[in-house]
Amino acid sequence: MSQTKPYRVSHLDALEAESIFIMREVMAEFERPALLFSGGKDSIVMLRLAEKAFAPARVPFPVMHIDTGHNFAEVLEYRDSRVATLGLNLVVASVQEAIDTGLVRELPDGTRNRIQTPVLLAAQEKYRFDALFGGARRDEEKARAKERMFSFRDEFGQWDPKNQRPELWALYNGRHHPGESIRVFPLSNWTELDVWHYIAKENIPLPSIYYAHDREVVERNGMFYAVNEFIRLRDGETSEVRRVRYRTVGDASQTAAVLSEADTVEKVIDEVAATRITERGATRGDDKVSEAAMEDRKREGYF
Amino acid sequence: MSQAVLEPDAAASRGMDLLRFATAGSVDDGKSTLIGRLLYDTKTIFEDQLEAVESASASRGDEYTNLALLTDGLRAEREQGITIDVAYRYFATPRRKFIIADTPGHIQYTRNMVTGASTADLALILVDARKGLVEQSRRHAFLTSLLRVPHLVLCVNKMDLVDWDQKVFERIADEFTSFAAKLDAPDLTIIPISALNGDNIASRSENSPWYEGPSLLHHLEHVHIASDRNLVDVRFPVQYVIRPQSTTVTDYRGYAGQVASGILKPGDDVMVLPSGLTSTIAAIETADGPVDEAFPPMSVTVRLNDEIDISRGDMICRPHNAPAAAQDIEAMICWMDETAPLRVGGKYAIKHTTRSARAVVRGLQYRLDVNTLHRDESAGELSLNEIGRVKLRTTVPLLADEYRRNRTTGGFILIDEGTHRTVGAGIIIEAR
Repeated sequence: MSQTKPYRVSHLDALEAESIFIMREVMAEFERPALLFSGGKDSIVMLRLAEKAFAPARVPFPVMHIDTGHNFAEVLEYRDSRVATLGLNLVVASVQEAIDTGLVRELPDGTRNRIQTPVLLAAQEKYRFDALFGGARRDEEKARAKERMFSFRDEFGQWDPKNQRPELWALYNGRHHPGESIRVFPLSNWTELDVWHYIAKENIPLPSIYYAHDREVVERNGMFYAVNEFIRLRDGETSEVRRVRYRTVGDASQTAAVLSEADTVEKVIDEVAATRITERGATRGDDKVSEAAMEDRKREGYF
Repeated sequence: MSQAVLEPDAAASRGMDLLRFATAGSVDDGKSTLIGRLLYDTKTIFEDQLEAVESASASRGDEYTNLALLTDGLRAEREQGITIDVAYRYFATPRRKFIIADTPGHIQYTRNMVTGASTADLALILVDARKGLVEQSRRHAFLTSLLRVPHLVLCVNKMDLVDWDQKVFERIADEFTSFAAKLDAPDLTIIPISALNGDNIASRSENSPWYEGPSLLHHLEHVHIASDRNLVDVRFPVQYVIRPQSTTVTDYRGYAGQVASGILKPGDDVMVLPSGLTSTIAAIETADGPVDEAFPPMSVTVRLNDEIDISRGDMICRPHNAPAAAQDIEAMICWMDETAPLRVGGKYAIKHTTRSARAVVRGLQYRLDVNTLHRDESAGELSLNEIGRVKLRTTVPLLADEYRRNRTTGGFILIDEGTHRTVGAGIIIEAR
């Protein structure tokens, strides 16, 4: 990098090296890993890291999409094109199907974030996945700040914050009994800004909704929701066309857009660096329910 | 609150490097307030987080915005006013990205601090200026030195409550310096601060004209960490063998891993342990293409010119600079399990670099009192949070160095074979 410190690596290179190490460690020590892929930017970055970790071989594990049925069309298209390009084995676990068969019940408000959990756990059991890569980051949320790289889950998929294994050096303990499993979070040490810098550095394509575009939206509690098949205008509400982008991609009935002019990755980076609200605070109706909303969902086996 | 003065610069941040530091201190020392202050002054705290903290402070009846609440994560902790476990925090300035391993100061401190310190470039210890050094400060300094964290910062906090009295600061600084000299102490910096008011955190304070050192943030940004890594001893633990099953790539065999220490270059003579077979490096590859050299912490794939049998757990090194291939290990072990103590005769799974084996405890030479450094040679076991010197015998040789020379090839964990919990952390003193 410079003449005085020739053996220095940038923080992005250090984060990448750590994530690749973790992915290889999982591949070496587990029998049936899979990567949770939502089509969101974090899982997209995770998939790129998997490509890089095993090159020139193919990504050696399947990707699993927990399909809420509340999708952005752009995200599904993106998913299918990545799967085709990389020759991936895609497993889809459908929340709609689980509702139809009675595994889960639709919530009164129609949102499907919370009922994803039993669907995820059933799919994990069906395919006997013993390790699941998730794109969660510790900077996202308070309960996640205490999450391990290798997060032990009991036979019910539950996370017990008081019963997590200490992680020293780069020595990860993935041992488990049949039925138990490990959630692995290779992006634990990345921040939202790191993810965007990496997307720019690697020139990773993203679903178009991450960049500023004109969309018909309705404002609720200061958040801008797309008006579409999942979100309809209520009495007294009016919609308007605004220039927006999505900071996160979740259940389309619950994920809000932010007003933005950032239509390139560089502009998004500037915007993220200057922004004053966390991405979940800005865009996720589900995290506002209670101060401990994420902690509760994680205990149940959420991502 | 003072005006925030620094923020991550989007354009500059691609050239930043990474510094990991561990914080230690008890609740009363103001550690959470200090971390809250660092996050606030680097504009890492977002409006919605600040609003949540303000409303939580108001509902608790705090008279000021309690920045300590920013780092208290789980509901169980807020209800009990304690901190469980290590929490990780992130902030960045234009020069560096920082990862804080925030370890609580209560009874579980040893396990947590050892965990946080194991990957830290720097440890930050807080003391209350009114109280001076306490038992816990010495304990933290000792653990920092045991884990060989290269840089240590002592923050003398709450200087506002002693009227910024230079004599108070110097007395604490002198006492700590002479204590640290007895340890195998790393690079030491001592800074007078007020975390609550932000003095000497992001910038030098007018309240301490007699203090000529850097502000805390300036020190964190500038402390030289590049030379802390071992670039001399080539150690490449093989993690995974890449053999593409494809018609387009044939006969490819690459050894994937993360460089633990040293610098590898194509053409270098290498030896592979435990076989002792030698070859030369044909290429060092990454998904972005081949590289001219690899050094820590790079994750790369090494290809050799000869077909030799290599698998996970093997170590690539240099013919005249190799680690020990040892089944008899002497180590300091920090015990981390609350359910059962370490006992002589106990058998455990051991994980060292990418190699797993079984180990039996052959002897417990002494248990160390981390407060007095007294050695109790009559001890028969190690309980949770206790540290002792232990002799182990392993089923297969570990390819190990002394921890003081190599933090990656000198550390290991012990795993209970029944519960699969991580029960011990080991620091190798001697391997043969």
